[in-house]
Amino acid sequence: MKRLNNIQDLDALRQQILEQRKSIRKRIRICGGPGCHSGGGDRLIEAFQGVLEEKKVAHEYMVTQTGCHGFCARGPIVVIEPENIFYGRVGLDRVPEICERSVIGDGLVEDLLFVNEETGERITRERDIPFYAHQERIIFNDTGLNWSTEIDDYISRGGYSALAKILSGMKPEEVIEEVKISGLRGRGGGGFPSGVKWESCRKAHGDIKYVICNADEGDPGAYMDRALLEGTPHQVIEGMIIGAYAIGAREGYLYCRYEYPLAVKHANRALEQAREYGLLGENILGTDFSLDMFVNRGAGAFICGESTALMASLEGKLGEPRGKHIHTVEKGLWNRPSNLNNVESWASIPLIINNGGEWFASIGTERSKGTKIFSVVGKINNTGLVEVSMGTPLRKIVYDIGGGIPGGKRFKAVQTGGPSGGCVPESLIDLAVDFEQLKKAGSMMGSGGMIVMDEDTCMVDVARYFLNFLVQESCGKCVPCRVGVKRMHEIVSRMCEGKADASDLEQLQTLCNTIPEAALCGLGKSSPNPVASTLRYFRDEYDAHVFEKRCPAKVCKPLLTYEIDTDKCTGCGLCRIKCPEGAVIGAKKECHCIDEELCVRCGICIENCKFGAIYIE
Amino acid sequence: MEFSLQDVDAIIDQWGPTPASLLQIMLDINHRYNYLPKESIDRVAKRLRMPVSQVFGVANFFKVFSLTPRGRVIMHVCTGTACHVKGGSKIIERLVQEVNLKPGETTEDLFMTLETVNCVGACASAPVVVVGDTTYSEVTPNKVSALLKGLKEQEAQRS
Repeated sequence: MKRLNNIQDLDALRQQILEQRKSIRKRIRICGGPGCHSGGGDRLIEAFQGVLEEKKVAHEYMVTQTGCHGFCARGPIVVIEPENIFYGRVGLDRVPEICERSVIGDGLVEDLLFVNEETGERITRERDIPFYAHQERIIFNDTGLNWSTEIDDYISRGGYSALAKILSGMKPEEVIEEVKISGLRGRGGGGFPSGVKWESCRKAHGDIKYVICNADEGDPGAYMDRALLEGTPHQVIEGMIIGAYAIGAREGYLYCRYEYPLAVKHANRALEQAREYGLLGENILGTDFSLDMFVNRGAGAFICGESTALMASLEGKLGEPRGKHIHTVEKGLWNRPSNLNNVESWASIPLIINNGGEWFASIGTERSKGTKIFSVVGKINNTGLVEVSMGTPLRKIVYDIGGGIPGGKRFKAVQTGGPSGGCVPESLIDLAVDFEQLKKAGSMMGSGGMIVMDEDTCMVDVARYFLNFLVQESCGKCVPCRVGVKRMHEIVSRMCEGKADASDLEQLQTLCNTIPEAALCGLGKSSPNPVASTLRYFRDEYDAHVFEKRCPAKVCKPLLTYEIDTDKCTGCGLCRIKCPEGAVIGAKKECHCIDEELCVRCGICIENCKFGAIYIE
Repeated sequence: MEFSLQDVDAIIDQWGPTPASLLQIMLDINHRYNYLPKESIDRVAKRLRMPVSQVFGVANFFKVFSLTPRGRVIMHVCTGTACHVKGGSKIIERLVQEVNLKPGETTEDLFMTLETVNCVGACASAPVVVVGDTTYSEVTPNKVSALLKGLKEQEAQRS
């Protein structure tokens, strides 16, 4: 690779790449996102190359492994350019047929196309599928297009032009002003205006400053940062370089979870490529500006997503947060001014610089600008990553894009904001999703996880799940979080076991009020949220658990009894044989019954009964 | 894998013997031996000129590190929210029944360690189980039993 010594070199390189590509007839994009990868997508790329080489036409086509396309429910996904034909659930055995008909030929493989269930119509183009058509893809647009391990591909689509723009005459203050105008707010959950943060960091005293990317995406159920870093690492890196220029940093760190090995790999590779081109290192693009960056892996601690804990861990200390009387923009990593932003925030920067802050500010609501990527998962048909403008109604996300709830079940709630967030109930389905509205509803934006729950989900059990998570992940530094959350978990567990009484409900409410007042860090302060919001909207379920010793969603095992319908049971004996506890009693050909003392409610009998004779009372 | 100080030193030199590299060094050692041998903690502390207590504290604090030897196969069952809502706990129940391990425990013959992980970012494929580099999607109790059987057969062939 040749080092780029000035901005003209970058433009020339872009022209050269585009020139080379003119001989390419078609481009096959294979999704390498986590959903498609685990569904067998990793072997598709070799299969396509194999078939095309066999036919001796490989030089006319370009087979690329891209990042996540977002429509994970349909994975593994293959898209063929220039028509953008979308094939879902592609198995290895279908590759020769696709090559024959759609790559070399210009036809379609009909049965792999997306079918609109309402109209029965087959949809060819990716963009026309309702899942994509209702979205507004800006930040997350490149992820499905980009050859994730090739810097040239990013440059060919205008990559690093934002960096070139600022280095060809924008002052750091002007860059900060542009970000302030855009109204971008931190996408990691806090929602603090990024421009203001940058400005304070620029003004902070100190020669050495740092930029840090928080890719310790710990919220269970959210994976947009993973998708961005795996799919378009250069977009994130470009954003960080621009940020470093604006605040005056010469060193940067990307703190990524070890649970995301592919993201670590791609980020490291991208940094290497950027260094080779002279987009990182001494005298970037021949200017006076120098910067180098490194990837650091986290080690499985949720708390390290908190800025001060993350910085402590970078220093080789325990990942414990500290009080933020002095902000990290003044004294952060090694007590020096440090500017930390989330992956999605950094990835927004190149677009803001290229298109202007005004453009970004024209999208979204009054106080929440731009778009937000959500991971819509759980009990929903179209699981995947979704980007919509701020203020999009929840109904549109769940039904128009998400395709509703599977199996005709009733929608119950959406859990947003991860373990520190809360639940938005069915009655608020028309809520316009942005920072303010979610907060008003008792939840929060968080990093953008949206876990959809249907009527079979028990809200008390969900609260217990999150409390269990928080008990495990509490760093233990301050008492309200270490002890308070543990007590809450014990109380809610008692409710799930049918051992709670009215005083427990009261105690729970008290803890919900006290912990936010007294805890040290943001995570501790928000830890009662899962309970507070479910108590607010699903008090009836708590009451049923406490007073009637009943679980309406039939989830909490100690509150259930398994019964056999005397009319339906044929006495075949299958459940008696399968029961691991020997809890089913009955003579052959006679109606069986279940010994409640022995039954452990494992559900094996229900799974095995061919007559649907066993039910939960 | 046999423990050797040379290997540990090589890892330390690769990252540089400074406190800033501590986590990266420990991750690599943990990956190499599947746990952090006691000798390695002493060595790291000495080379990085840090108190052993601080290195030990970090080893204890982060979930990925183990201070006791772990199995040749490490099965990570995801307990993220999406996996939980879609029945991830049933998979753990089945595994507890079949291999008689609680999460975090290792079989006596060091064949397998059962671990839970709080989200691997493959929520669309929930519930998921990760073994080595492979992510298994939409796992059911029966599927995990079959997976376990396959792993046991591989293990039998190995020995």
